[in-house]
Amino acid sequence: MKKTFLNCFLLAAMLIGTTNVFAKGNDSLHIAAATVKPDAGNAGLTLPKGFGALVVAENLNEPRHIAVTKEGDIYVKLASLQGGKGILWLHDANGDGKTDEQKGFGNFKGTGMYVKNGYLYASSDEEVFRYKLDAGDKIINGDAPEKIVTGLLSRHEHEAKAITLDNAGNIYVNIGAYSNACQVKDRTKGSPGMKPCPILDSAGGIWQFKADKPNQNYGSGVRYATGLRNVVGINWNTEANSLFVMQHGRDQLHDLFPDMYTSKQSAELPAECMYQVQKGTNCGWPYIYYDEFQHKKILAPEFGGDGKKTAGEDAVDPVVAFPGHLAPNGLLFYTGSQFPEKYKNGAFIAFHGSWNRAPEPQKGFFVAFVPFKNGKPSGEWEIFADGFAGGTDLGSPGDAKHRPCGLAQGPDGSLYVSDDQGGTIFRIVYGK
Amino acid sequence: MKKIIVSILALCCFSLCLIARQSQPAEVQESIARGEKLYTLYCLSCHQKSGNGVPHMNPPLVKTSYVTGDIKKLVTWVLKGSTENVEIDGKSYSNNMPAQSYLKDDQIADVLTYVRNSFGNTSSAITPADVKAIRATVK
Repeated sequence: MKKTFLNCFLLAAMLIGTTNVFAKGNDSLHIAAATVKPDAGNAGLTLPKGFGALVVAENLNEPRHIAVTKEGDIYVKLASLQGGKGILWLHDANGDGKTDEQKGFGNFKGTGMYVKNGYLYASSDEEVFRYKLDAGDKIINGDAPEKIVTGLLSRHEHEAKAITLDNAGNIYVNIGAYSNACQVKDRTKGSPGMKPCPILDSAGGIWQFKADKPNQNYGSGVRYATGLRNVVGINWNTEANSLFVMQHGRDQLHDLFPDMYTSKQSAELPAECMYQVQKGTNCGWPYIYYDEFQHKKILAPEFGGDGKKTAGEDAVDPVVAFPGHLAPNGLLFYTGSQFPEKYKNGAFIAFHGSWNRAPEPQKGFFVAFVPFKNGKPSGEWEIFADGFAGGTDLGSPGDAKHRPCGLAQGPDGSLYVSDDQGGTIFRIVYGK
Repeated sequence: MKKIIVSILALCCFSLCLIARQSQPAEVQESIARGEKLYTLYCLSCHQKSGNGVPHMNPPLVKTSYVTGDIKKLVTWVLKGSTENVEIDGKSYSNNMPAQSYLKDDQIADVLTYVRNSFGNTSSAITPADVKAIRATVK
């Protein structure tokens, strides 16, 4: 019986596999019909009907954000050096979907990776660099990047400098707050919140710089948005012509205020929020958090809150609220034509998976989707790709097999997902 | 198949830990039991149920010299907390650790004796007298 089942399964996988994935419609570049086959069992992922997944690269050293060029090559930013290099270029020479050529360059670790207007942008935890690309989007000189931004604060916590670019020559850089809730003593029970929070002068927000000007620093940048504890998922929405970010919400409501929050409430609160930000937007950290059950901005207990008092009249509401602590590390607005119409212009979010839900079971470890219409969410969020963790009863997030981190769209409309735990890059395709 | 082997191995490790614990004197076993409750209250949310911590954020308590080595260093760490980047086996851990000096000497002794005899660790017990002596040297 088991064998029959296995055979049926393999047959089904082969049938899905032989369905070619065509890039259709109005892609300005002529992309040859992709003939990639999903892996048997979709590489362990569960996906909506018609979708398949394959592993395109594995055994990478903590791949964080990724960028895919118009030729289909993948640039990967590593959080841990591999052969002394912090960026990888991956190439699929025989067109089977599996990358078979790899080159490393750049001697710094980090998170940010973005390709725009003939340059590869990459960030360490303190600086942003760019590398000139040739007509085939290959690095011209891996040893000589231009330093675009320098001297950004990195004080251990929330050190990743996620980046994205707009269509007007600007680059946006997250500078995470080196704190959980801006207490005098970080994460310490009984330590009061600091008002005004001094961290916000130089962190806890998104800074805007020119994408082509060397050696910029705090003085030459603009604090574009503030009151954001930490952002790793960041993307420009061309339809709305606006920046969107995913905030990692605060931790430890129960640890710090056990009389006010049960460990169950603390596992759910606060929401992980998607914000649309303009120049000058304030999202409210550390004074408030967003409660997805009361649908309100709640005064943080470090600042006199009791779990019910509202505050933050000067702060915006999120455009989407997700369950607490899921750790959104990647955000991508899908502009491809391969996936069904529902996905066009919608948001994919890579959730790294929680740690601060313990002793409740950890959650996340999936890629979510939110439909968008005219630059605004047009429906509820849903889980798009799941199964990365390889199980549900995790003793620690470190026990997860894979943790989704970065997202990128291929020239044929495939969705790429990096995993900084297992060192894998997945490609999700639609085959009808 | 792989899963079964992993399960058997896990079971063996678990049994060995239990045997190791059972061979401890009764007062140490009691200290470990009290320590487990304190661990759940004060440590688990960051260091996790498995003691494995959180990659890049909260350090693991599994077979690291921080836990199984010099008790003065370990007790001081708990009393004072840390705002430093901790490096273990080539990986760095970034979250701040709050000072736990509000815990009493016997509580710190219990929780650390539990940690030193859990998650595959088999190190000596720490007594309230040890904690008291170390606390006197910590400013």
